[in-house]
Amino acid sequence: MALKEKEKDQIATTSALSPKELREMHRKLVPAMIEGDHTFGTVSDKIGDVALKRKTPFHWFIGVAIAFCVAQLLLFTTIWLLLKGIGIWGTNQPAGWAFPIINFVWWIGIGHAGTLISAILLLLNQKWRTSINRFAEAMTLFAVANAAIFPLVHTGRPWLAAYWLFPYPNVMGIWPQFRSPLIWDVFAVSTYATVSLLFWYVGLIPDLATLRDRAKNPFFKFIYSIFSWGWRGSARHLHRYELAYLILAGISTPLVLSVHSLVSLDFAVSQIPGWHATFFPPYFVAGAIYAGFAMVLILCIPLRHLYNMKDFITHTHLVFCGKVMMATGFIVVYSYVMEAFFGWYGASQYEWFMIKNRIWEGPYFFMYWLLILCNGMAIQLLWFKRFRESEFWLFFVSVIVSIGMWLERFVIIVTSLHRDFLPSSWGMYSPTVFDITMFVGTLGFFFTLIYLFVRFLPVISIFEVRTLLPAANVHGHSEDFEENVLEVEYTYDRTDPPNA
Amino acid sequence: MEKNLYGLLVEFDSPTALVDAARQVRDAGYTNTDAFSPFPIHSIDEALGIKRSILPYLCFAGGILGLASGIGLQYFVHVIDYPIIVGGRPHMSLPAMIPPAYELTILFTAFTAVFGMLFLNGLPRPYHPVFNISRFGLASREKFFLLIEASDETFDYETTRSFLEDLEGQQEVFDVPE
Repeated sequence: MALKEKEKDQIATTSALSPKELREMHRKLVPAMIEGDHTFGTVSDKIGDVALKRKTPFHWFIGVAIAFCVAQLLLFTTIWLLLKGIGIWGTNQPAGWAFPIINFVWWIGIGHAGTLISAILLLLNQKWRTSINRFAEAMTLFAVANAAIFPLVHTGRPWLAAYWLFPYPNVMGIWPQFRSPLIWDVFAVSTYATVSLLFWYVGLIPDLATLRDRAKNPFFKFIYSIFSWGWRGSARHLHRYELAYLILAGISTPLVLSVHSLVSLDFAVSQIPGWHATFFPPYFVAGAIYAGFAMVLILCIPLRHLYNMKDFITHTHLVFCGKVMMATGFIVVYSYVMEAFFGWYGASQYEWFMIKNRIWEGPYFFMYWLLILCNGMAIQLLWFKRFRESEFWLFFVSVIVSIGMWLERFVIIVTSLHRDFLPSSWGMYSPTVFDITMFVGTLGFFFTLIYLFVRFLPVISIFEVRTLLPAANVHGHSEDFEENVLEVEYTYDRTDPPNA
Repeated sequence: MEKNLYGLLVEFDSPTALVDAARQVRDAGYTNTDAFSPFPIHSIDEALGIKRSILPYLCFAGGILGLASGIGLQYFVHVIDYPIIVGGRPHMSLPAMIPPAYELTILFTAFTAVFGMLFLNGLPRPYHPVFNISRFGLASREKFFLLIEASDETFDYETTRSFLEDLEGQQEVFDVPE
């Protein structure tokens, strides 16, 4: 981290202070990525013990029990769907796309923050990604898993869905239509799921080795041994490992931007007013990151309290997440304004009708204003330090934003479809109880997976958090490097070799 | 020299001591060496004389292969095996073929990066002689280790051991059996 001249001067004038005072000063100057007096060992214990301890905290059982019960709604609805067909849903003409795709887009969007944190922030050399990337990536995986359920079952006949989704030689001798955005979407989402899994797993290998070396229970030791693949932290391995990790980050960045872009093309390539817009890809990507950071905050605020991870997920992390949410939120709000402007300025009567219908004339106008309230108004609170630095308000705003992003997809999908070109084909859409149980069920499934992840795997990347410790810096000869934190931090750019 | 000796392992307390020691080991002419640390240390590459891996080139090749298979698959489907005119577009409509090819490029690059890394690292490898040293379990926690293999040309048990014992900051030198 490059320091400003002023700060360097400040250090120079304080050299008479004791190491302890200097450390205090250091903390004030450099945003805290890690708090408390930690060593490599205590970091490993603190994070590793959550997974290794035999005694499971009571709140875990309560949480997983609730989530698992809710997940049964998904199981039940899916079985009923397969038995009865999609007639159990409210999806019908004219709203031939409704809850399943709303939920699909919502879940896929949530995943995007995980990849942004793990890949883009790595390329930008942002240290604050280190303690939140692991569970943000897990969140991505589980969100994508939930999203994938909807395209798989949305026909009610998933055994007939494969031949037009994936190119494989089938008995009918036909192939998918590669000119269709729907097939682009299949490729984007399946690649995204695979690469996210690889990224997450590669990041886990050194930590699984740590758990392997610490586990006392022979069964878990065996499991961790298998999945850490005999990792021994060799420098020659780490060299290739870091290259591989960097390459993964480098290719995940264009990947994550492409995924929601291609999802948005599902709509934008069609001719329905309200969908047919060239600015959909960036609009959707910003919305995805917005929703994703909201979910990251929803997960990490309880996590740091329940598992006492405040040393690693500090206030700085929460504030940064809040700021990213705010920035992407404004891109989203800008898109809403532009959407209305295009409808008016484009001088197409269908487009202008769609805007009027959406905002004040149509039967779903209240959904639009709820959306503006959730996505446009709630984040205005974050302008103020008081709200931005309060966990309660960050959590509150995040929940509101998650709801708002779901409403956004409802507004885009349902209000565009229910009034198309011909008044004779107009209609109304309302979800049935099965639409709702299916969606709520995916929430249960998501949180069940999150709970299992928290119990059995390190929720924070142990080996990367170690690099945040002052002791991880390699520097010239000094007997007690812990006491010389400042010397290291502020003279690291000198060029003379350590032995000089 | 002992029989069945894999090498000599020396323990350190700090990354700085490890890097300093690695430099001396490299300067003394040892090449079959390795360092073990609980997190990546950047200066260790230079200190141990680790050459840049060929992994990026493999990944590039993987990406090109992915791109070629993406275009190839779509060409086969839409031009050779099942040519069908939709919306008056040509059979070979390259712009529409970009998204799947793009995704496959990324997919193949990712597979090459991960499996290439594991392959070049010789993983999975459940057994390794260093695991015989019980202190080595701390390499994934808080300690730093340096290994000189007995297969090294410069290796001589007595000389190398006393050389390692003279290193600054060393905690203990272990004989690693095969």
